[in-house]
Amino acid sequence: MIKFEHISKSFADRQVLNDVSGVLEKGKPNLIIGASGTGKSVLLKCLVGLVRPDSGHVYYDDRDFYNADRDQVIEIRREIGMLFQGGALFDSKNVEQNVRFPLDILTKMPYDEKQDRVNFCLKRVGLENVNKKMPSEISGGMKKRVGIARAIVNNPKYLYCDEPNSGLDPQTSIVIDELIDELSEEFDMTTVIVTHDMNSVMGIGEKILFIYKGKKLWEGTKNDITHSGVKELDDFVFANKVMNSLRGK
Amino acid sequence: MIREIGKYFIFLGHLFTNRESFKTYYKLVLEESITIGIGSVLLVALVSTFMGAVTTVQTAANMVSALIPDYVISQVVREMTILELAPTIIAVIYAGKVGSSMSGQLGTMKITEQVDALEVMGINSISYLVLPKIIASMLMYPMLVIIAGVCALMGGYLAGTIADIITPNDYVYGIRFSFNDFFVTFALIKSVVFAFLVASISSFKGYYTHGGALEVGVSSTQAVTNSVIAVLVADYLLAQLLLG
Repeated sequence: MIKFEHISKSFADRQVLNDVSGVLEKGKPNLIIGASGTGKSVLLKCLVGLVRPDSGHVYYDDRDFYNADRDQVIEIRREIGMLFQGGALFDSKNVEQNVRFPLDILTKMPYDEKQDRVNFCLKRVGLENVNKKMPSEISGGMKKRVGIARAIVNNPKYLYCDEPNSGLDPQTSIVIDELIDELSEEFDMTTVIVTHDMNSVMGIGEKILFIYKGKKLWEGTKNDITHSGVKELDDFVFANKVMNSLRGK
Repeated sequence: MIREIGKYFIFLGHLFTNRESFKTYYKLVLEESITIGIGSVLLVALVSTFMGAVTTVQTAANMVSALIPDYVISQVVREMTILELAPTIIAVIYAGKVGSSMSGQLGTMKITEQVDALEVMGINSISYLVLPKIIASMLMYPMLVIIAGVCALMGGYLAGTIADIITPNDYVYGIRFSFNDFFVTFALIKSVVFAFLVASISSFKGYYTHGGALEVGVSSTQAVTNSVIAVLVADYLLAQLLLG
């Protein structure tokens, strides 16, 4: 479980996050949604420690991330897997080396064992026979899958996904969403997904946090998102034409 | 500017905190050494050979007095090569080739979130990405300077003898005449300092790239400019300190 309290962050004189708190639950996808520029990616970066908040606390299973000593921060970070928006695969390494990288650096596992784990993860995300391909030789959807395989290879307790569907066609998006959903349950991870894709929200939104202008305006599930009574959320949800056509039904 | 210099020193401090295993660095240093060293040999050899040749021809053209023996030409070529051409001028070329490449590589990694991916894994990205580049640079650049020195002297020999400017015997005599071996030590000290400056400044510029492809280009240009300025300032300071 990840808990964050009173997170605020400003860049120069622009306040991006304003006293945001929430709890992200284990074993299911937690979605942070909102329009572009509302601060959801900054919130994600504050949670993983890529951006230090001006105030507030982040707790990983009761361990205070920003008040922990250096060793504990490293320990927490090594329990985190992250899928980046563009995949963030290392250009100089092939698919197999990319997925094996966390094991090479962070563990003392024998080579064969690492290789088995890499093959298992690649198979689990539906990729086979691409081990020796370079990131530039594979499609966007495949890059995301490799990114997921790399994120889960070290058995993380927490999985973060930043816009996992950006740049993907709707069909591939659904496949990626379902994959993340299955993996969260299978590996019992606390999964956090930042997205503005309504297909994802309605597909895997077990727990949703709506961020608007740096504030958390609403929290709930996909079942009650359409009748939240929050105008800003309605504007966001029903901006999608399909959702809008279902509004009266 | 003061802020930037302070940031640079903090960046250098991060090189030595939360490091990975020795084995990891060993492999990375080896890979970087191949890229930096082997990849630059041809350019360095070509440039220094022509530098030596041109220095010989131009020195000879300026030796208008019959009272000055011919071997002075190669003596001048030797001193210029060892003291300045090999370590400093090659450092400028090295900054253009290796420095811009380092900056571009790190800048691209930064804007495509590859650096963030390392940080999220709990890896000190500065130490992991930059330290091997600096070590490899400090190992390989002195070797390139030695190669440059040899090639420049060989270039001078070829240009001098082929154009009948100087006899082979006079050239070799001039090269050996009143030779101060400290100048070689001095050149190697300079080369280590220059290698550190080029690699660290270029990496610093690349690592703190923000934005997109345009900014990667800007960082690469700044990496070369700042490295060259630092090399020239260090060149003066070292000359004053060790020869003055």
